[in-house]
Amino acid sequence: MTEAKGDDLVLDGNAVAGTLAQIYGDEMTTVLAECANCGKVDHVGGLLAYVHAPGIVLRCTACQTVMIRIVHTPNRTLVDVRGKRIPAPPKT
Amino acid sequence: MKRALEWQIATVKAVRTETPEVKTLTLVLPDWMPHRPGQHYDVRLTAEDGYSAQRSYSVGSEPERTGEIDLTVERIDDGEVSPYLDDTVVVGDRFEVRGPIGGYFVWDSSIGGPLLLVAGGSGVVPLMAMLRHRAAAGVKEPARLLYSARTYEQIIYGEELERLARKDGLAVSYTLTRSQPAGWKGYTRRIDDAMLKEVSAPLGRNALAFVCGPTALVEVAADGLERAGLPADRIRTERFGPSGS
Repeated sequence: MTEAKGDDLVLDGNAVAGTLAQIYGDEMTTVLAECANCGKVDHVGGLLAYVHAPGIVLRCTACQTVMIRIVHTPNRTLVDVRGKRIPAPPKT
Repeated sequence: MKRALEWQIATVKAVRTETPEVKTLTLVLPDWMPHRPGQHYDVRLTAEDGYSAQRSYSVGSEPERTGEIDLTVERIDDGEVSPYLDDTVVVGDRFEVRGPIGGYFVWDSSIGGPLLLVAGGSGVVPLMAMLRHRAAAGVKEPARLLYSARTYEQIIYGEELERLARKDGLAVSYTLTRSQPAGWKGYTRRIDDAMLKEVSAPLGRNALAFVCGPTALVEVAADGLERAGLPADRIRTERFGPSGS
């Protein structure tokens, strides 16, 4: 893992659990998120995470659509969740 | 939950060399709270000029050990944090941590189930917390660990895994992908479907699987376990990578 090549740069939502908990005030990796593009539902902890850019990007595991974007600036934190839907509760 | 989000100052109590690239730091925490095996802590280092770098490291110790945690850190040569933690830190040093963090990749005795663990390299760390907790809590259901390392010298926690495997229903299988010592009886290739089938078969299809390692290994293992008949919702994965630097 000392070779930072290609796919090794991809982590998962677990890696940003601390940042997400700081933003939302609670543990978020077990929360379900639905991809706004293809409808795939995953735990936030299972989404593909790209953390080596200036911001954090979480993508859909099926179609790679950007679901969550987080950028810290000196004064505030910007969160963009346009690629994510909240899944409908299971029908009883 | 709230308290886990607050930074606290950890003090280094012990430093232990695991392999040439890996060290375990025992940290004493003023606001220690029990973690769930598989959880991690964020470590924040701040330079005198205010520049700070933050990384996540899995807890290797079991929650039964109160007041302190073990973080096992692999040195990434061009990393910002791991060279400091592995090469510079001495007993008595202090730095900021927050945690325990994460609820997705966790297992404890209340979850139960036959346990199937697959590790690549330092991905064994959160799985070791599960196995240490399993032993401390006296869990009787079987567990199996498949551990992929490049060489024999790069196996982390080797002696302790042998001790654990001798006494309580834990089976450990190794695969050494780069070189093997003379007389090696374990696997000698990258993890593949045949290996996953052999290791998982004795546990049956209701095993709960945790896979942790570099992305490529995690994908091969998770897909292979599904092909071996394990339901996708019984397979949890965590990718380790240079963010751990």
